[in-house]
Amino acid sequence: MKAFLTSTALALTLGLAAGVSAPALAQDKGSAETTPATYQPDPNAKEGDSIVITYKDDVSTLDPAIGYDWQNWSMIKSLFDALMDYEPGTTELRPALAERYEISDDGTVFTFHLKSGVKFHNGREMTAEDVKYSLDRVTNPKTQSPGAGFFGSIAGYDDVAGGTAETLSGVEVVDPQTLKITLSRPDATFLHVMALNFASVVPQEAVEEWGADFGHHPVGTGAFKLADWTIGQQLVFEKNEDYWRDGVPYLDQITFEIGQEPIVALLRLQKGEVDIPGDGIPPAKFQEVMADPEQKARVVEGGQLQTGYITMNVTMPPFDQKAVREAVNMAINKDRIVQMINNRAIPANQPLPPTMPGYDKSFEGYAYDPEKAKAMLAEAGFPDGFETELYVMNTDPNPRIAQAIQQDLSEIGIKASIQSLAQANVISAGGAKDQAPMIWSGGMAWIADFPDPSNFYGPILGCAGAVPGGWNWSWYCNEDLDKQAAEADSIVDPARQDERAKMWSDVYAKVMADAPWVPVFNEQRFTMKSPRMGGADNLYVDPVHIPINYDYVYVK
Amino acid sequence: MLAYVARRLVQSVLILLGVSLITFALLYILPADPVRQIAGRSATPQTVENIRRQLGLDQPFLVQYWHYLTGLVQGDFGRSYLQRTEVIDLIVARLPASLLLMAGAIVCELVLGLTMGLVAALKRGTATDQALMVSSFVGVSAPQFVVGLLLLYVFAVRLSWFPIGGYGTIWHLVLPSLTLGILGAGWYSRMMRSSMVDVLRQDYIRTARAKGLKRLTIILRHALPNAILPVIAMIGIDIGIFMSGIVVVESVFGWPGIGQLAWQAIQRVDIPIIMGVTLVSACAIVLGNFVADLVTPFIDPRIKLQ
Repeated sequence: MKAFLTSTALALTLGLAAGVSAPALAQDKGSAETTPATYQPDPNAKEGDSIVITYKDDVSTLDPAIGYDWQNWSMIKSLFDALMDYEPGTTELRPALAERYEISDDGTVFTFHLKSGVKFHNGREMTAEDVKYSLDRVTNPKTQSPGAGFFGSIAGYDDVAGGTAETLSGVEVVDPQTLKITLSRPDATFLHVMALNFASVVPQEAVEEWGADFGHHPVGTGAFKLADWTIGQQLVFEKNEDYWRDGVPYLDQITFEIGQEPIVALLRLQKGEVDIPGDGIPPAKFQEVMADPEQKARVVEGGQLQTGYITMNVTMPPFDQKAVREAVNMAINKDRIVQMINNRAIPANQPLPPTMPGYDKSFEGYAYDPEKAKAMLAEAGFPDGFETELYVMNTDPNPRIAQAIQQDLSEIGIKASIQSLAQANVISAGGAKDQAPMIWSGGMAWIADFPDPSNFYGPILGCAGAVPGGWNWSWYCNEDLDKQAAEADSIVDPARQDERAKMWSDVYAKVMADAPWVPVFNEQRFTMKSPRMGGADNLYVDPVHIPINYDYVYVK
Repeated sequence: MLAYVARRLVQSVLILLGVSLITFALLYILPADPVRQIAGRSATPQTVENIRRQLGLDQPFLVQYWHYLTGLVQGDFGRSYLQRTEVIDLIVARLPASLLLMAGAIVCELVLGLTMGLVAALKRGTATDQALMVSSFVGVSAPQFVVGLLLLYVFAVRLSWFPIGGYGTIWHLVLPSLTLGILGAGWYSRMMRSSMVDVLRQDYIRTARAKGLKRLTIILRHALPNAILPVIAMIGIDIGIFMSGIVVVESVFGWPGIGQLAWQAIQRVDIPIIMGVTLVSACAIVLGNFVADLVTPFIDPRIKLQ
């Protein structure tokens, strides 16, 4: 417990019992009433040794203000820290570089008290000035950060984003250990935002020294530091001996080997040359792996903050009729689709994934009932169905899933022709108002940036996303729901979080009543590890660190 | 000769200019928007427009192309959108690996192809000849992705003779070179066979035989050098085939060359990298053909450069 005093501080701040439960599986953390699981050091953990992780694609950048793919996301988390963080293997917030924080009663002023003695990899001590610099930098348009918009609730954001100010007026350095952030509106998700990679603290001198190449010469406060980067071949992370959290990381070194096909990585794992295939189990090999008891024993399964869905463009007839959308919802045989992808997912009936707070276990959704769907379609004026188009990304298994959907639709008379395109083209089609009547989201489906129900609404179901180039491919815009969502997000008081989660459940129930989507399934995550890898299973399917939480795993 | 070289050089520059214009235009009319790839899912429209403006992607096509071209003549290939690095650095870091792989492939295809062709020609009409020609046909038709995985599985996983993918030692080079070279080996064995069959019919071979020379001497001294030259002149043209082959082979074997770079860039609509790799490959192909044309008259004096 001593080493993790900060976690206790969080529990106290939240006014919850500091009672400690063992790290729970990510799936179990769905309901809002669960007590936060404070991380307990693993008594079996050993220090030292190094592991090998493979990836197919180059690592793009390790600049925390820019990196935004699932490959560099977890790497950046190990190189940098932000004010907030999550309990390893869970979706529970905990303070990181902030030792503790206070929230004003109206929920607009956050005062963070920083941990003292935290050093950057270059040896300099981190202060509140660095936090301010980092927030100014990520919101500055010149940085071109894809995550700038997350900080929209900080006072003065609009001026910085618009280029009329260089610094956020809402971020104030009180003293070297204290930072006060004023928001322009109450934002219940703000602590999650401060745990995003985009909020990582970077040292100004290193950023200025490397300029645009900072992403290849990262300097942070994280558990590891970058020791070598050979383009196209490998990256080597070395343990940060001065890391401010006691006891971690366990590993001395992590080597990321780049350019390895997932199938080749699997072969090398079987030979003991690789510890974690970063791209996971190749779909073509999945059944073979799961059928072999020896290999299956090395697989860790967990939930992820993901939903695969079909969008119906509510501005394009006949999908402007609610009855038609409901009929489609009843026509899709989700169990069969899940079987088709070898049970790598669980059927879904609502937009939120089960691991997300606000997920409603009692929600029934639309049951599979082609007869009723056909009747509804007839009632809506389409007794003989109609013709439409289904857009889909052209990589396996998505075209196969689209065919299954096509078949289900034909059962009720809808003749959908499949438009199988490259990812970028499908995204473009979805963002154009009159182009794609239906889209199967597979391969582009929404994965939450942070474990909060609001993250599934705004860009993909709210009015803000229903704009040219947006991600709301249903073009569904319900202003009443937008208001309710805004209201839920203004509840900052930690004691009222259950109430907030319920409001969000209600928002999604109302969305489903209008049926702009067919939620199809929630993909499960399957991580493979070599037999020598140690640490709790939930570290290998960490909902925030994908694929694994590098800081807490060890070699047996 | 000099006039010929000068004319060919001018032609080459025009070809490269054409390649750059066509590639740039194709990438421009692509419905995929690179800015959205960079900005990601959560970016606000404001962020997207900001990035678009800073990259100059809001400019009309000709302005964008002109900017690219003026950068290019100053040696500036631009910066990768997603890797946020100079494209030239990425290509320079990866080119040696690709060149090494191609060199290995040339050795493989020559050794395999010439030997097979030679044996087939000497055993013309026999079962050996038939078997060799069928296998050369298989080599030409087999998809490189399958060949690569098959070789990996048999020789690296099962037999452990070679490492499973990767880069570094001469042992890492064998399987990818073989995979890339098998296609060429198929062609070369057929060319070598017909070339050898031709030569063996010539009068000077009959004369040599009449003189009472040993069969081996006739083949090695008189037939082989004459049969091999026209085949070797084709190597320059192989560059084009290799350039398409490395995209697949490098991906299978985790070979850190420009083929892999190109494949990744295409998937992510990273236009500066796609442009850079395309131009470097086009350069190599133009150069390869040029060299092949220059070398031919030395090998076969009947051909004149004009």
